[in-house]
Amino acid sequence: MIDFEIPPEIEAARKAAHERAKELFRPIARYYDEHEHENPDELIRTLWENPTIGMGALGGGSAGIGPAAVFLAEESTWGDAGLTLCGPGPGLGGAAVLVSATPEQRERFLKRFSEGEPKWGAMAITEAGCGSDTAAITTTAVRDGDEWVLNGEKIFVTCGKRAAEDSDGFAVVWATVDKSAGRAGIKPFVVEAGTPGMRVAKVEDKLGIRASDTATIVFQDCRIPYDNILGIPEVVDKTKTAGFKRVMATFDVTRPFVAAMALGVGRAALDFVKETFEKEGIEIRYGSPRHKLSAVERDVMDMEANMKAAEMLTLRAAWMMSLMQRNDLQASMAKAKAGLVVTRVTQKAVELLGPLGYSRKNLVEKWMRDCKINDIFEGTGQINMLIVARRILGYTRDDLK
Amino acid sequence: MISFSPSEEQQMIINTLSEFAVNEMRELYRECDENGGIPAEIIDKAWEFGLIASSIPEKYGGFGSEHSAVTGALVAEELAWGDLSIAMHILCPALVAFPILETGSEEQKRKYLPLFCGEGYKPATAALIEPRFNFDASTLTTTARLDGNEYVLNGEKCYVPLAADADLMLVYASLDGATQGFIVENGVSRLEIGEREKNMGLKALATYELALRDCRIPKENRLGGEAGCDFNRILNYSRVALSAMAVGVARAAYEYSLDYAKQRYAFGEPIAARQAIAFMMAEMAIEIEATRFMTWEAAWELDRGKDATKDTSLVKMYADDMAVTVTDRAVQILGGHGYIRDHPVELWLRNGRGFVTFDGMAIV
Repeated sequence: MIDFEIPPEIEAARKAAHERAKELFRPIARYYDEHEHENPDELIRTLWENPTIGMGALGGGSAGIGPAAVFLAEESTWGDAGLTLCGPGPGLGGAAVLVSATPEQRERFLKRFSEGEPKWGAMAITEAGCGSDTAAITTTAVRDGDEWVLNGEKIFVTCGKRAAEDSDGFAVVWATVDKSAGRAGIKPFVVEAGTPGMRVAKVEDKLGIRASDTATIVFQDCRIPYDNILGIPEVVDKTKTAGFKRVMATFDVTRPFVAAMALGVGRAALDFVKETFEKEGIEIRYGSPRHKLSAVERDVMDMEANMKAAEMLTLRAAWMMSLMQRNDLQASMAKAKAGLVVTRVTQKAVELLGPLGYSRKNLVEKWMRDCKINDIFEGTGQINMLIVARRILGYTRDDLK
Repeated sequence: MISFSPSEEQQMIINTLSEFAVNEMRELYRECDENGGIPAEIIDKAWEFGLIASSIPEKYGGFGSEHSAVTGALVAEELAWGDLSIAMHILCPALVAFPILETGSEEQKRKYLPLFCGEGYKPATAALIEPRFNFDASTLTTTARLDGNEYVLNGEKCYVPLAADADLMLVYASLDGATQGFIVENGVSRLEIGEREKNMGLKALATYELALRDCRIPKENRLGGEAGCDFNRILNYSRVALSAMAVGVARAAYEYSLDYAKQRYAFGEPIAARQAIAFMMAEMAIEIEATRFMTWEAAWELDRGKDATKDTSLVKMYADDMAVTVTDRAVQILGGHGYIRDHPVELWLRNGRGFVTFDGMAIV
């Protein structure tokens, strides 16, 4: 039955997450934007002990993978996107483990997130020469006895420094075991923090989400145990792309939440605009005909409607996931729409608020900078549109490049 | 709990109407658009589905299912996918039946609702829109004034579907500044039905201008009786209907242009294999789905008795724009062929362009 009822316990969790994000994130959001590489140690500890918001609450966290997790992600980034991302937990690396690990590996790699000091899991795919074109990965993994030897350089690793250097976490590194096999040769490997041969070479300075560390990680004859490979080690059939598809399966899991994280920032900006207008006595006259509305009212309604559109697509993708239905098309639809919508909504918020919007006294300009990442990471808007286009047309990657 | 699955019963309705749309409506719609008329047979066939009667309680002669805006949205989308003019004609009696069902007095329900549960199509309609650029449903220039035991209506209306054939009409007028409904029965004097309108789209649907010049109706014919009606609620149901129809029209255009783009070769490959076309298709698909779910959500709010003015008006505005964008893209994807009446996309663009104007012309 078509239903939009949010059960009371989920609504309560959502409200609690909202309050917690307001209390924990908002007061320090500006500080960690202006002090880019400082660590919010106290916050990290708080989130580690009680991860109801931040990355620790998502991706296999207590919220599960359905609409409830969408709400938590949204409330979390409503508080702050950068601080959400730096929350300790299995993160994207954990998502990759969940998708393709054996039960033994899950135990070995994920248990750590429920004990001891704060830890992070990271996902290392992108290289200087390949972003969305992950098939062009050049990092190699060569078998040597009961070890793999990794060589290569990964960039744009979210939480990379925290996962690989600051904690006993790990990075899931995508490398090729057979260059001639193309996509079929690409496999995920778990590299534990502190493994010799893995080095954080750089932490990026960014436009936004500055509280989140974005690292370059270099692998130089980095040796890891043979059974740190996720999934099957053999290139069974060079025409099959099972390894690559596992990368994509990880994204199917994470994309609805990235869409939700986008929506949180968009809503922060929208809320701020509406509150500011309300204080000034500017009423948004819903239900009035277009010719009676001011341009500003039209803008606000347009922002709200677009946010709603993106939210509906996001909830649908997450709902399908909770039913274990294939949702790659729906996840990409949600991600493409949400990334674009929040980019426009936050930019419009800066415009509508005039000098208040552009000033660093308020958070609106920061939200605009933070927000832009949602149209880029986890597959740019264009890559997601390409995925949607291929699926609706029934085209392969060769049919539609 | 959140779910995007229609119930089994709703899915059966979708399947039935989808089949009807493919086999019946799509066989006729182009001819109807060219000739400006819809054969009575197809309207009668659709009447047999009991789309209106099913929502009317048994005590008034209906089938007794709960009146549901969500189910109505599913119905409206399927029918509009078939053809917007035929869909509006089929659902036209609902313009009287559902406002009475939702906001009518007990006497009005008893008197009028059984008329919509009979075997034959009941021609009934509503007059809301007025012929001025700054039309606003909340501040009508058509007025109602109480004079003894009668209301006296004055004003001009347009876009009144089936006005010439309807023997029951709901006329909206401003009563002391608030929009209220007035049930006008056949044969009332000083209600002048003008020439049939000629519009850019909806060409198969007969719509009329009409004038009310000191048109007198009994006092008890005010919708909702003495207490009047919650007009906003009626308008919200209408917004859901039109948004769902916009999705149906857009989906028709999307599907047609998708097939075309895969079959049309240029420079040795289908044009769909080029990102310029493929990305348009992707955007169309995303916007159609998003609008559909927003419509469902607004309908769901209405069904729960909430004031859904904000949600229904936002989705209506979004759907108005979406219908134009998507149908325009469909014409664009067909290029020169899209402009030719051998293909249906130009028809969908003409119809899609109208949603922003069609206030109150359909209801679920």
